[in-house]
Amino acid sequence: MAQTAERENDVIRGLRRSPAGHLADAFSQGSVSGEQGVTLREVPFLTMIGVRAAPGSAVWDRLGAVMGGLPERYGQVTGSGAGDGPGTEQGVSVLWLGPQEFLVIAADGPNALGGGAAGASLLGGLLDALAGDPGQVVDLSANRTTFELAGPSARAVLEKSCALDLHPREFTVGTAVNTQIGLIPAVLWKVDEAAFRIFPRASFADFLGRWLLDGMREYAAVEVP
Amino acid sequence: MLLFSCPNCGPRDETEFHYGGQAHVPYPKDADALTDKEWSEFLFYRDNTRGDFAERWVHSTGCRQWFNMLRDTVSYEIKAVYPMGGSRPDQPPATAAQTQQKGQQS
Repeated sequence: MAQTAERENDVIRGLRRSPAGHLADAFSQGSVSGEQGVTLREVPFLTMIGVRAAPGSAVWDRLGAVMGGLPERYGQVTGSGAGDGPGTEQGVSVLWLGPQEFLVIAADGPNALGGGAAGASLLGGLLDALAGDPGQVVDLSANRTTFELAGPSARAVLEKSCALDLHPREFTVGTAVNTQIGLIPAVLWKVDEAAFRIFPRASFADFLGRWLLDGMREYAAVEVP
Repeated sequence: MLLFSCPNCGPRDETEFHYGGQAHVPYPKDADALTDKEWSEFLFYRDNTRGDFAERWVHSTGCRQWFNMLRDTVSYEIKAVYPMGGSRPDQPPATAAQTQQKGQQS
């Protein structure tokens, strides 16, 4: 029975289309290398789990034990993936979205959501920790997609359309915030000195992808001496 | 563009927020006893203040939390940001009796 479910999951995995999959070629063509470089790529199908719990409650402690601590303040990221640089999606990270609302991000795969015994997967473990008490654990993987904007000009591209103060003094590595980028709401996570992860909702992915590509165009031009 | 100071997230553009109308409109103590006129006044009639006005806002594209704000409707100056359920910072806290009376009037 479990094997059948696994095989079905594999079939479904093969059929998935990421929200910005049709822009993959445009992203690689629009990416710029060099001193002024900036690259854009989609990291499809990351596992995202929405978690709600009141700080200080028993549920908070139990969920925190599964995740290695839930973030307690604005911008904080906790979990084993908090220190992940660009290009690595192996750890599990918890992003602060609100005083009682958090987003768990993990790599795609059966370990995160998969079937099998409860507690064997990340989602199962969180649901066990919730144990029906006030709070929430929901699979939101299809809600958002992930863009990775990296390179020396990544901040300059973002600053064109994000009103947040992105100076490294103010917006440090390992900070994740909910904000607006190019008029759409998105989560912005600075994973490295010159790399950002952007989580737009799936329906905005096409718009934001083309919007960022447009912002990257000027860095491909030959610099006028 | 105005900058609002969200109690959780700090200063953000006003476009990240949504307006929730006048603050401190108490729910009628005994809603069943109201006449249609009183009920409609509770639902739809709000102050149109010139000067300091207490209103509710939600940081919709940020922490998604509600808060109260005291804003000057003429100059748009933001006088105070305070939590939901708190009393207006420019007025002494209302006693329980006053709140009840106000609830019956509105």
